[in-house]
Amino acid sequence: MKFLCVECDTQMTFEERKEPGDGTFGAAFGCPSCGRRVAMLANPMEAQLVGALGVKIGGRTLAEQPMELVRSKLVGKDDAFHDAPPDPSSGVSRGPRWSPESEARLSRVPNFVRGMVKKVYGEWAEERGIAEITPAVMDEAREDLGLEGM
Amino acid sequence: MSFRTYFELTDQDRSRLGDQVAAQRQRVVERLRSVDRLVAVMSGKGGVGKSYVTAALAQGLMNQVKHGVGVLDADLASPTVARLLDAQGPLRITDEGVHPALGRGDVRVVSTDLLLETGQPLRWREPGGERFVWRGALEVGALREFMSDVVWGKLDLLLVDLPPGADGLDDLAALVSDLGEQGKAQLSALAVTIPSDESQRSVARSMQAALDAGVRLLGVVENMSGYECAECATRRPLFPGDAGAQLARQFGVPLLARLPFTPAGAAAANADSLRLLADTFLGADS
Repeated sequence: MKFLCVECDTQMTFEERKEPGDGTFGAAFGCPSCGRRVAMLANPMEAQLVGALGVKIGGRTLAEQPMELVRSKLVGKDDAFHDAPPDPSSGVSRGPRWSPESEARLSRVPNFVRGMVKKVYGEWAEERGIAEITPAVMDEAREDLGLEGM
Repeated sequence: MSFRTYFELTDQDRSRLGDQVAAQRQRVVERLRSVDRLVAVMSGKGGVGKSYVTAALAQGLMNQVKHGVGVLDADLASPTVARLLDAQGPLRITDEGVHPALGRGDVRVVSTDLLLETGQPLRWREPGGERFVWRGALEVGALREFMSDVVWGKLDLLLVDLPPGADGLDDLAALVSDLGEQGKAQLSALAVTIPSDESQRSVARSMQAALDAGVRLLGVVENMSGYECAECATRRPLFPGDAGAQLARQFGVPLLARLPFTPAGAAAANADSLRLLADTFLGADS
């Protein structure tokens, strides 16, 4: 999908994504020439159509997680997956700390998808040099990554 | 008002949705590089014992292959093959991906049966109404992830237990189409029927759909081909008809096995037939 500023005959650029948690989806685009901004607002059905393809409007900032579509869309049982912690000998970081408040919030995410959500938040924070994940960091990551309801 | 249209705008859109879809499909290609053969077990008709044949074949072949056998349960809404193979979760996730459960004989298994609560139907998180619009996309997406995101490892054979009907094979053929000629050579199909005329007509449609999709047919297995009487050790008719032989003639493929219904300990009682099926299957697939 592309947006054109008809006045300037210039292709608009993606600026921001919003997923308010009610199934809808918004994306803001701006004109690099005149600065005019528009928002595309999708209803739940339109948002779901895109989500069902396993793609992200605005592009991906993190690599797709294993079975991301299944884990984020299927109503599955709590103990279906076991997310193995990184092998300490592999040199892979264990990621940022989680504050007690953010741990509490994470615990409300269905277990079926919790491991994936934790990993995604961790990678997002680590990329930005954030040492501790707080609810505010989660909010920012959620909007940036389009983690509907997570 | 006059304005330029999509292809007249030369800058990439930042979403790069096309690239995202291409990346998903590339992951399927990469993962299937370690799988020698992909065999779809199909039937136009439900209730013919397709999953039973899949499970039995997987077990029978484990002793005859070098690396291993996997079973991908593509019957997302009515998964049974994991239970038949006694495969249990949870599925372990590492940086490599999702590791399959191990069933009898170390057959590697992935199925929605391992993901759903007991007794709960397949449900997607979605807004209510118009579900049919995106359900197909979600199901194909799940099938794609079962192929691309599972650490299948080196496999001689990945059996795909398809749902009844022809759609599953079309989806599978589309997903492996990026493998090009290699994918065409990798993918073949095995049809399962019961002896009845109704089954013959239904399975014939699926076999024709396989040919239309350019998928090679390996042969036909006729299941519930008579009733094995445990007391008098004779085989008696169960369903009228000889669908297996008719389908084999119609499509010019071998009738690989006629498996009787054996009420007590079906797998054990059918052991000889299944061993024979595994042998014949390997011959047909070579």
